[in-house]
Amino acid sequence: MTQKLVIIGAGMASGRVIEHLLDADPNAYDITLFNAEPRGNYNRIMLSPVLSGEKTYEEIVTHSDDWYAQNGVTCRFGEHVVNIDREMKVVEGENGHVPYDKLIIATGSAPFIIPVPGHDLPNVISYRDLDDTNAMIEAAGKGSKAVVIGGGLLGLEAAAGLKERGMNVTVLHLMGHLMERQLDEAAGYLLRKDLEARGITVKTQAATKAILGEGRAEAVLLESGETLGADLVVMAVGIRPETRLATDAHLDVARGIEVNAQMQTSDPDIYAVGECVEFDGHLFGLVAPLYDQAKVLADSLLGQPSAFVVKELATKLKVTGCDLFSAGDFAGGETREDIVFRDPSRGIYKRLVIEEDRLIGAVMYGDTADGSWFFGLIKDGTDIEEMRETLIFGPAFQGGASADPLSAVAALPPEAEICGCNGVCKGQITSAIEGGATDLGAIRAKTKASASCGTCTGLVEQLLSVTLGDEYAAPQAQPICGCTSHTHEDVRRLIKSQELKSQAAVWQELGWTTPNGCHSCRPAVNYYLLADWPLEYQDDPQSRFVNERKHANIQKDGTFSVVPRMWGGITTPEELRAIADAADRYNVPTVKVTGGQRIDLLGVRGEDLPAIWSDLNGAGLVSGHAYSKGLRTVKTCVGTDHCRFGTQDSTGLGIKLEKHLWGSWTPHKLKLAVSGCPRNCAEATCKDIGVICVDSGYEIHVGGAAGMEIKGTEVLCKVETEEDAIKVISAMTQIYRENAKYLDRIYKWLAKVGLDWVKTQIVDDLENRKALAERFALSQSVYRKDPWAEHAQNQTVRAQYAPLANLTLEAAE
Amino acid sequence: MNWIDIGPIDSIPLYGARVIKTPVGCVALFRTGQDEVFAADDRCPHKGGPLSEGIVHGQSVTCPLHNWVFDLNIGEAQGADEGRISTYPVRVEAGRLLIDGNAIGKRSAA
Repeated sequence: MTQKLVIIGAGMASGRVIEHLLDADPNAYDITLFNAEPRGNYNRIMLSPVLSGEKTYEEIVTHSDDWYAQNGVTCRFGEHVVNIDREMKVVEGENGHVPYDKLIIATGSAPFIIPVPGHDLPNVISYRDLDDTNAMIEAAGKGSKAVVIGGGLLGLEAAAGLKERGMNVTVLHLMGHLMERQLDEAAGYLLRKDLEARGITVKTQAATKAILGEGRAEAVLLESGETLGADLVVMAVGIRPETRLATDAHLDVARGIEVNAQMQTSDPDIYAVGECVEFDGHLFGLVAPLYDQAKVLADSLLGQPSAFVVKELATKLKVTGCDLFSAGDFAGGETREDIVFRDPSRGIYKRLVIEEDRLIGAVMYGDTADGSWFFGLIKDGTDIEEMRETLIFGPAFQGGASADPLSAVAALPPEAEICGCNGVCKGQITSAIEGGATDLGAIRAKTKASASCGTCTGLVEQLLSVTLGDEYAAPQAQPICGCTSHTHEDVRRLIKSQELKSQAAVWQELGWTTPNGCHSCRPAVNYYLLADWPLEYQDDPQSRFVNERKHANIQKDGTFSVVPRMWGGITTPEELRAIADAADRYNVPTVKVTGGQRIDLLGVRGEDLPAIWSDLNGAGLVSGHAYSKGLRTVKTCVGTDHCRFGTQDSTGLGIKLEKHLWGSWTPHKLKLAVSGCPRNCAEATCKDIGVICVDSGYEIHVGGAAGMEIKGTEVLCKVETEEDAIKVISAMTQIYRENAKYLDRIYKWLAKVGLDWVKTQIVDDLENRKALAERFALSQSVYRKDPWAEHAQNQTVRAQYAPLANLTLEAAE
Repeated sequence: MNWIDIGPIDSIPLYGARVIKTPVGCVALFRTGQDEVFAADDRCPHKGGPLSEGIVHGQSVTCPLHNWVFDLNIGEAQGADEGRISTYPVRVEAGRLLIDGNAIGKRSAA
């Protein structure tokens, strides 16, 4: 028989419980959901973007009214629960009683209000829910001065949002530095500096004495006697678990409602989940443990064994441009040792706390790229003695096991080739070093070693180290090129945080030392701008390498190769005839089948490109982007259509993926494949993104490569439907587009950020997956088009493929 | 000097190049971000790469085949590379591109 489940509170934790229950067994429970707020579940974490105006409420709703209706959840929204009658097993709402077999209390938390005089004036607002957010937005429209009491995570997000809304904002913080629970003093200082740079006033060690005003708050009086004018006061000093109903029902309550590892309260039929809960002395405020609790609670209700465990947590601040990370315990102590790295001019600070050869805490500001790696070391309790010396430089500096990598390089003979691209041997490099080239840049300029593909950079650095000894200090991060001292990562971050939307803005604001860049930085900056601002920034063909400007691959003799797209590797007799005719008409010397399951016409003259494209377009063929740092091909096997082993329609999925992704620009080339069964005939496990179909769904793989390096993929996740596979792959493509360094393939980028981080972003966080897929769709609305047709049909562009003038004919007279 | 009118300056994109065929071979006309125009051989002395397809930056161009960089004022390869491309007198007058016919092997503008 279906049991009655009543849930009090429609927040993120209980929302997740309902999802798990419906997924596992939609008929197990008849669910009634109470919520004091007159609405269902939305993503509270995203209230800050709503406040700042980057998002709307509609965009952060996770469960709509329709969703509840479709899933048979009875909603009692806007109705307060008055009492729980445990003996009768009834929940008493304002509008009537509801009996339960099982009850979940998910009442969340209440803002902590400092009981100073004036705290109850109408324009003193806390920051917990949508109503608070709307009240702040409304107040921002009317007044000009806001005082935020509390310099923790919530207070700072509120302050940044109000500043975005145009208010003059002052943050009051009782402690000596901001976010003292997550940051140490040095990081707190950098955060303060960043906030002040955006015009937010920060007062630390500022205790509020009273809020002044008649009928509404007009000023805040501090203990020091200072008075600050205020049209709006936001109180964000902390939260406490909302336990009133549990206390009244005589459940065990300490700071929060006490639960066991199955999320059961002292009454076996009553469960609790979320911020109202206390488990093993811990309270919970971040979303990750709440989701773990939700899973455990759903399992418990379904009679499956499951137990909640407390995990380490990492914190990030959702204020654009303030890049901070903290995890673990970073208080000092006698048995603890610190490793600190500072780069004041770039505002970077990193501190690691070590105890007994284990990393136990990390605080970073300004450059948090290695955060998830450090977090992993903390969680796993890894012994770091071996890598202690280079630990702070992150995973990139933890090389292989070789005892002394330098000895191998030292032993090489002078004629040993170091740089294969430019044919530079060890002797040339060492004589350049002896001639005064003492860093990588100088060696590149003098010998060209490591100046092309860059894979020998490590060897060249080791040679520097061997030759110069202690005089050589390995650079911590390489700038993009000689035009700037910024790294790729810095430039990406600054383009986003300073909202730089043109190349000129980047050159100016980031202090480029050349008037308009060079062949190294221009394509990178052009890519970063178009990836971050798809609507505002216009792609600049003159900042692209010839192949992407001319939409064909330049060959060594200056001719080009032309590769039309064959969706999923499928073609037709008509297409093949059109390709054959084109090859005849334009005297194409070589026709080759490519590794990406299509046909390459090699040796086409530059002047003929628009004409051959026009002919191919006539047969419905479009550019294959075989030349681009963008989507190349989606290779497939024949799948269930023909193969006796096929488990899914791999060809169909490949075609859908290719039609979805084509035309997109990415940091480096992006190759996909879909195999119809684990025999993997489409070789999906050495692609940037691969799909292996299995009976029960689709395994999505990422991070493979078969180029300068060979790399097998790792499994990102498994999904059950084609639709989900396409969504995950869209999100994966977009997160790579938004974050990776230009010319890093996915596997290189993953080595820096870690697969675990990507999983938290797009496998665990469904909201974020959706948001990424939406941003990808937005970008595709601009870039999913055939450049061949555009160039061939636009007479001005087309003309540029031909010489501007021919002066040879007259000369012959 | 024997100035030959090639066409409007706008026929070359900013930071771009166009080719003209001449008795001395293909010559590339480059237009920089500062709207200066340079003329030089369209053939890299290294492996014959078409310089007109390179990225134009400052008063330089980078060959698309192996990234040799040439100073367009003097035609000299920069950095570690040794080589030179011929440059030709070119100027802009009233928005028109003019190249010296004598320098590119034409006897008269007729």
